[in-house]
Formats: sequence, C-alpha cells, structure tokens
Amino acid sequence: MVRPLGFLVGLGFIAALVLAILTTPLKNEPNAAHEIHKHPRHLALTSDGLFPHWDKAQLQRGMQVYKEVCSACHSLNLVAFRNIADFGYSEGQVKSFAKSYDTIPSINPDTGEPATRTGLPSDHFPSPYPNEVAARAANNNALPPDLSLITKAREGGKDYVYSLLTGYQNPPKDLPKELQPGTGLHYNPYFANLNLAMAKPLNDGQVTFADGSKNDVEHMARDVTAFLVWTAEPNLVKRVWTGWAVLLFIAMFTTLTYLSYRNIWADKKH
Amino acid sequence: MSFPWAKNYEPQQPLMKWLDEKLPLPRLVYNAVGAGYPVPRNLNYFWNFGVLAGAALAIQIITGIVLAMHYAANAGVAFNSVEHIMRDVNAGWFIRYAHMNGASMFFIVVYLHIFRGLYYGSYKAPREMVWLLGVVIFLLMMATAFMGYVLPWGQMSFWGAQVITGFFSAIPMVGEPIRQWLLGGFAPDNAALNRFFSLHYLLPFVIAGVIILHIWALHIPGSSNPTGIEVKDEQDTVPFHPYYTAKDGFGLGVFLFVFAALTFFTPNLLGHADNYIAANPLSTPAHIVPEWYFWPFYAILRAFTFNFLWIDAKLWGVIAMFAAIALLFFLPWLDSSPVKSSTYRPLNRIFFWILVVDVLILGYCGKSPAEQPYVILSQLGSIYYFAHFLIILPIISRIERPLPMPNSITEAVLAKHADDKSAATA
Repeated sequence: MVRPLGFLVGLGFIAALVLAILTTPLKNEPNAAHEIHKHPRHLALTSDGLFPHWDKAQLQRGMQVYKEVCSACHSLNLVAFRNIADFGYSEGQVKSFAKSYDTIPSINPDTGEPATRTGLPSDHFPSPYPNEVAARAANNNALPPDLSLITKAREGGKDYVYSLLTGYQNPPKDLPKELQPGTGLHYNPYFANLNLAMAKPLNDGQVTFADGSKNDVEHMARDVTAFLVWTAEPNLVKRVWTGWAVLLFIAMFTTLTYLSYRNIWADKKH
Repeated sequence: MSFPWAKNYEPQQPLMKWLDEKLPLPRLVYNAVGAGYPVPRNLNYFWNFGVLAGAALAIQIITGIVLAMHYAANAGVAFNSVEHIMRDVNAGWFIRYAHMNGASMFFIVVYLHIFRGLYYGSYKAPREMVWLLGVVIFLLMMATAFMGYVLPWGQMSFWGAQVITGFFSAIPMVGEPIRQWLLGGFAPDNAALNRFFSLHYLLPFVIAGVIILHIWALHIPGSSNPTGIEVKDEQDTVPFHPYYTAKDGFGLGVFLFVFAALTFFTPNLLGHADNYIAANPLSTPAHIVPEWYFWPFYAILRAFTFNFLWIDAKLWGVIAMFAAIALLFFLPWLDSSPVKSSTYRPLNRIFFWILVVDVLILGYCGKSPAEQPYVILSQLGSIYYFAHFLIILPIISRIERPLPMPNSITEAVLAKHADDKSAATA
C-alpha cells in the first residue's frame, strides 16, 4: 500500500512543481539600484584574523571621532564608560571621562523631579535624544541607529561601515531619475538603496587628534570603524586567543585518544 | 540482549554487587555501552555520529541552562539581556557563542548520521523503529532550534517567527485562528516569546527521552554495519567497551576541535547580521532567511508558486515542506530491497549521491533571494527530492541486481585485509 500511495503523492507534488516552473518567468525584473550598488571595500585592522590585537591608540582616536562627530545623532547604548579602560585609560582617566558627560538622566533626591547628573564609570554612553520621537523629529523622520553593534549588524561588517563613511559622492550623471536622491537624502553607492538620510558625516580636518595623527576623511573613517569593531565585541581579541589555548588542549586530547584507539584495536582486524 | 554471546554482568566489587542487587544501574550501563554490548567489528567512522549527536545535545543542555540563568524572556529586554551575557557575564560570550554554534554542530552531525543511515540502509528491518524514532528526534530538534532562534529577539528572530507561524495560517478556514492561538496575539510579541522560551527549555529533555528509546530500540537487533550483513557469530563482533568507547573518544576529539575552531574564530559565520538588530515589527528585513539547517526545506516551501487544483501555492509549499520530512517515516517500506548497504547496490549508490547533491543545491537556493535562477533550481531540486523517495527508490529496489556479497562480516574484513596486503606486496 505504501508504495502505490507514495507514487501518487510523488506525482502530485511533481505535477504542482512542473506547473510552477511553466508559469514562473525565467527573467528577473530589472533592478537598476542593484546594479549600481557597490560591494564594500576591505578595511584591514589589527583586530582581524587569527592573531589579533587592539591598536589602542587607534581606538582612542576612534572614540574621539565618535564623541565629536557621530554622537551628535547616534547612541552607543550597550557600551559603559568603564569599558574604555580596555584601550589603555587609567581608572582616574575613566572617571574624569565619565564626568565630562553631565546629561545622565537622574532624579533629584530632594524633590523627586527629573534631573541630570554627571557620569560615573558604570554609566553607559548617553543617548543624544530623549526618545525615538525626538530622534526622528530632529532627523527628517529618519532614526539614527544605535552604533554599539553596527559592525556586526550589517552585511559586510566593518568593511561596510568604512565604505559607507568614505563613499559619499555626487550622483553619476547618467543615474536614472528614480534613483536620484530626493529631498533630505544623500547619494552613496555603498548603501543598498543608494540614497540615505545621513549627510556626509566626516570632512577633512574635522577632528584634531592629540597625537597628531592624520585627520583626513580616510583616516578618521578607519579609526572610528576600528572603534566600532571594539564596541560591537569588546571580547573579540580575548576570544581568539582563548580559542588558541582551547584548540591546543583539544589537539593534545585528540592525539591521546587516537593513540589509545590504535593501541586498543592493534590486534583486531577491522 | 538478543545476542546469545552477550556477556552477563557479574559485579566483582562488593559495592557494585550491593548496588546491582538494589538497582541494576551498573548492569544497564554494562549492557548499553559497556563490555556487555557486542558491536560489529567493521564499523567505519560514519558510525561515530550517533555518539557525537548525543554529545552535542549534552553541550546544548549545559550551555543552555547557564544561559537561562542570565537571559530574560521579555520582549522589552530580551535583546539587551543577550548583549548583557556577551559583555558583562563572566565568560558569557563563550557560553552564548558555544550554544549558538552548538546548534549548528548538532545539525551537522545529525545530517551526517541521517545520510549514513540512507547510504547503508540502516532504516531497514529489523531496525525500522530505530529509524522512526530518529525522525521524531529530528522533528523535535527542528522545533527546538526554531524556538531558540527566536529568543535573542533580533530582526531575524522576529521575522522568522512571523514566517514560520505563518505556515499555520495556510490551513483553510481555521488557519488564522490557530496561528493567533499559537502566538497568543496577532503577531509575535511578548506572549509568543515567553511560550517559546518555556518550550525551548522543555523540548531538549523530550529529545533526551526519545534518544533513550532510540538507543533502546537499537540494542534489540544491535548496530548495523557497513556491509549490511547481520552479525552471525561472536567473531563478527567486538565488545563496545573498550573498542568503540576508544574510537568514539577519538571522534569526540575531532568534533570538539571543529566546534572550538568555529566558536572561537568565526562565531558569526553561520549566523545572520540582521539578528544583531533588535526586533522591529515595523521594519521588514530585505531577505528573511532561516538558519542554514532549514535552507533545503525553505527552498522546497518557496518552490511551489502555482495554485494547482483547489489548493493555493502557499498551502502546497507548506504541505510539501512537511511532507519532505514526513516521507522519511515511510522510507523503510518505500525501499523494498533486501540488501541494506549501498556498497552492494550499484544503482542505489548513484541515486544516493544525486540526492546528496540535490539537497546541497536546495540548501543553496534556500539561502538565496527568491529570484532566478534560484527559483527554477529549487523547483527542479524539489522535483528530484520527491521523485527520489517516492518514485525512484521503490522502482530501483525492484529492478536492481545487487553485487555479490560476502557471507559474513568477518569474511568481508579478512578479504579487505588480504586485498590491502596484496596491494602492499605488489
């Protein structure tokens, strides 16, 4: 019974599929944006690969770019001030960095009224807007995303973020009309829709680094991307090096199990 | 134990004697995975994957219990509680990445285990029950994995839940009420997240229970082997311990090595970037893609694009997707060939490898956007998938002429060694 019934069921599915093939157009609808859209350019960082380390000076510069430029619109909700000790700041420096923020939401202990206070190392980076409505109101109805996870939350990761930051340009002359940036939008071929609400954020010389590093768009973009790789996964370097220790241990374990396997089976043909 | 030469447990130590009298647990272990379980001597490395699947489940349960101590199943805070685990919990990043990639490793070894069974005819009499219980475990795993993927409450979690619970709305008349009842709302939200968490914690223990039945059913006829010839006498076998405990120990080492490399070096390789964006019911991702282990079935679901007979395309897809798994329940009776191992089945061997390639193609199509050429590839791939199990296999099991087979496992082993020796001297 199973086989004849199965045969009929099989023919049913196949008939439905053959009809589906015959009725599905073989050509995709043309998608001009898809063709103009560019794949991100690669950005090499010291935190890449199997032997990573953090370039602490670069992370410090990247944080400065975030603080002076990006933080005007973008929050960094998941990162606490205490975390920046990772790239070489002393306890005192972390404290005074936290203190430089004086808009941490709080409650007046005497009156119970909403108030603000200066930051503590345990506070997270404050959001530039009190809520989503305020953020949209200030940005032409676009919502600037939180940047904590941005290098993990986009296809292409850090390469995408870096390409986007350096990819602003004038639209090509032959760009189809429907793809040209509308009001309040800006052309960037690395963005999936080609036009995004964020204006070109970085300009040459915008940030002055204490260590005298280059501050053109290219270098600032690299530094802030490196910083955002760290914010997305502060444990990245530790993870890879822990991995080496674990693999070494497992390799020794596996060698021993292999030898005992060979030893036990030595007299058995199999 | 059904083998007459299976040894009886005779405790030597007074403590073990005492324990065995009161509760024969040592006896159970001895006969299940000890020297009291005779196993064919010729098992190859593909017989390691059952033990590895068990190890993968154990790892998932242990890491999962720890994660549940730090995770909060509430739509308002779930996403941030996962990031709290990644950032603030001691070694939380390791536990979470191990659990995330552990699911993938579990499916990798289970798929290899299933295809081993397909190639060597492990589903055939007298082991049909082992196979049926295995398919039940596979279904439970899929449900567990799906609900687990919803818990981080990222974009893919939310939209995956939306799509998968949407299957139920394809049922005529009662579909939409069923969907709302399952979700506890009109769309995935806090109610759905909470019940998914509850079930995600429950189902692994159900899986563990069915695994006990799976192994119990296996121990009645004993393990199959690469020749497919049943054990005839004692010299065809070796005791499970120490022979296969040692071999499985080595297999476990290799498994853990791959697992660790994936977890520590490229933990997000098999994930999706969109799941690092918190769930947002107002913004649909450009491509909604399930986890890799569902891709072949997702391709079958999307292959049906035509309203055939009185059934619309969506319902066809849902039925076909479930049928693609459900037909495995009938496999022992679809394939009527008395020969188990494809080593001696020249026709079946060819179609088996076509099936492997077909499933890989379906997987690639399931991952890709719903545009050409992936649509037609998944349609052709689905045709072959159903044809393979429902039409080709029943036919070839009738017309195929098996190759000459050795008389016993021992004969096959000795012939192989004679070949090796003559090859070495020549």
